[in-house]
Amino acid sequence: MTSADAVPGRPWGGGRQPDDVPRRLNAARGLGDRIFRYQLTAAGVAVLAIMAAVGVFLLLRATQALKATGFSFLTTAAWQPDVHDFGIAAVLTGTLLIAMVAVLVSLPLALGTALFISEVAPRRLRRTLISMVDLMAAVPSVVYGLWGLFFLQQHVITLSRWLSDWFGWIPLLKVDGTEPGQPLASASVYTASAFVAGIVVALMVTPIQCSVMREVFSQAPAGEREGAYALGATRWGMIRSVTLPYGRGGIIGGTMLGLGRALGETIAVYLIISPVFVIQPHILQTGTNSVSSLIALHYGDASEFGMSALMAAGLALFVLTLAVNFTASTIVARSRSGAQSEA
Amino acid sequence: MTAIQEAPEAVTTEPTTVPATVLPSREPAPETPEQPRRVGGNTRSDVLALWGAGASGLSVALLLFGRIAPLSGALGFVVTAYLVFLVIYAVLVGLEHDGPAVRDRVMTVVLWSAAALLFTALVLVIGFTVWRGREALPHPNFFTQDMQNAGPLDPLTLGGIDHAILGTLIMIAIALVITVPLGVACAVYLNQIRGRFSRFVRTIVEAMTALPSIVAGLMIYATWILILGQQKSGLAAGFAITVMMLPIVIRAADVVLRLVPGNLTEAAEALGASRWRTVWHVVLPTARSGLATAVILGTARGIGETSPVLLTAGYNTGLNADPLHGPMVSLPLAVFTFVKSPEPAMIARAFGTAVVLMALVLVLFTIARVIGGRGPGQQTKRKARRAARASQRDAQRFAKLRSPALSLPFREASASAGTDPRTGENL
Repeated sequence: MTSADAVPGRPWGGGRQPDDVPRRLNAARGLGDRIFRYQLTAAGVAVLAIMAAVGVFLLLRATQALKATGFSFLTTAAWQPDVHDFGIAAVLTGTLLIAMVAVLVSLPLALGTALFISEVAPRRLRRTLISMVDLMAAVPSVVYGLWGLFFLQQHVITLSRWLSDWFGWIPLLKVDGTEPGQPLASASVYTASAFVAGIVVALMVTPIQCSVMREVFSQAPAGEREGAYALGATRWGMIRSVTLPYGRGGIIGGTMLGLGRALGETIAVYLIISPVFVIQPHILQTGTNSVSSLIALHYGDASEFGMSALMAAGLALFVLTLAVNFTASTIVARSRSGAQSEA
Repeated sequence: MTAIQEAPEAVTTEPTTVPATVLPSREPAPETPEQPRRVGGNTRSDVLALWGAGASGLSVALLLFGRIAPLSGALGFVVTAYLVFLVIYAVLVGLEHDGPAVRDRVMTVVLWSAAALLFTALVLVIGFTVWRGREALPHPNFFTQDMQNAGPLDPLTLGGIDHAILGTLIMIAIALVITVPLGVACAVYLNQIRGRFSRFVRTIVEAMTALPSIVAGLMIYATWILILGQQKSGLAAGFAITVMMLPIVIRAADVVLRLVPGNLTEAAEALGASRWRTVWHVVLPTARSGLATAVILGTARGIGETSPVLLTAGYNTGLNADPLHGPMVSLPLAVFTFVKSPEPAMIARAFGTAVVLMALVLVLFTIARVIGGRGPGQQTKRKARRAARASQRDAQRFAKLRSPALSLPFREASASAGTDPRTGENL
């Protein structure tokens, strides 16, 4: 029945009366509420302004250097800003290689731990394990740096040597100045490499990746888990057919969030590597560099133009991490679709 | 069960020519206690397979490294032993079970070992730092002196890090003064005021949580020191830590505020409370413990960051309690500076400082866990009693009013701590 054939004067007719429009709810906001809204909005705008200021002021200070070099800023490996010969080719390569090693090491570790905590671990252990992962994220980076410098480095040399002996034919794993089967070669060619720095950074980013993945895994629908069990799946079968496909977004997003952290890590990398300003593609060999340790290394003795060059390097790092993080949080947010609705 | 019981009746009341299906009458089952079948857990052969594989893995590795092959190295030994263990375990399980079960068992072991590896690394990091810090820590002057009179060659009985401890506390206090109000207000904004702009702010904040900390330092250096012409100081370092901490705190607080049950805010609004009263009296108190956790975890991150402080605070060796003037040093920056020196005494100081820093982080972390152990709205007994007393007073007040239109039943007994005082009594 449409509203046209409803008989006037018979309100129970079921149809909509011609004058029956939904009353407009007038949620009259009082003065206090309006002030409250303005204050909250002001807080939001202030935070946004601070975050925007990071990019804006970096760009502002970096223009001088960027104008001087132009496009060659991306392709020059040397860093001598006072003679206008500088660029981020070497440091950017180093940053990416360190981050790559970090992600390669941390991904299986984080994935395994996240699956362990959400699926395998005894229930009473679970809270403790989650706390420990969080604690690992809270350990200061300088402590990781100390550990990598004084403890890990000497133990990794064995592994580095083994890798370069057996897999030296891969260009990435080649080490100049060593020959396979010559164990007496100096161990110092393996120290202070991107590989060691990458392992230390991996330990720092694993907790972040692990907590993102665990959160997504624990949201895998119980019905489908039970369905998999009811069809006779083992626990690993259930993980493969339900948890992993459901959490794929979380795995990718968490890995990328870790990658973003790995790109920006400063102090631990600075302590471990010995800086070089050539493009160094051999990750096992001593000497590498990263954008953030370049800044930490040179900010003290930089001239005004040198500072501008450092700002330009910082801007490049900022843009790179921002792009990675944006992608990551979009992927994670999509994989959590529905989880954000109100309970 | 019902069908079986009804069957004999149907036979007796309705005689038929065709032979009907007659169920034999069943005696009641003998009363035996039900024993649930074990579906999970380990059987004896599982345990034996695990231990046997472990023992044989170890033995094979010992044999390989000690007798047969010229191998060496602790790392290689562990890896070889582990791989042999996995293979033998798979074979042992395969003797009794089929393929999927073997894969399940092996993957379970692999997941256990991934977690074990990660936590071993954590224990190694913390344990190694504490072990190396044992040289500097027993000297009481390490906590009561600064480095003004101690050179790199001086023994550990001279000089200490009280200037760094004070500097860290001042910087983090400055950062907290800005971060807590701004961060919580922004989180409330993201939750309360929906719209395209607030979604945009949330996206930006989420992307900024992994802002490289050195970029935060660089930004304060560019603005505060280069453009505004201020000197390097504790205040500038506090600002740099703020820029780094703010997105972390906002994001964590946002997640906590989202967990506040919708029926509580709806109840407040149904009672006619305005928006800000709802937030102030319902949302924030409900999420209080979670908000505290968010702030404390952000603080732990902020305390441990070196690079923002490195660019903005300068470095000094003496005690400086004035954040406005003169350089200041924080604990991580002190570690960083000490460890760059080749002298063993300085390196021992670096480890000692790192232990102090880690202890500070650990204390904050423990406080956060103790406070944040409860979900939003869950109360401690003390809080529940206080709420019960408050609602009892309210009920008495209402009873005194004795307005004929509003006669509330006043029950003394129900104001006990056992019932939920917030939802049950406040009406």
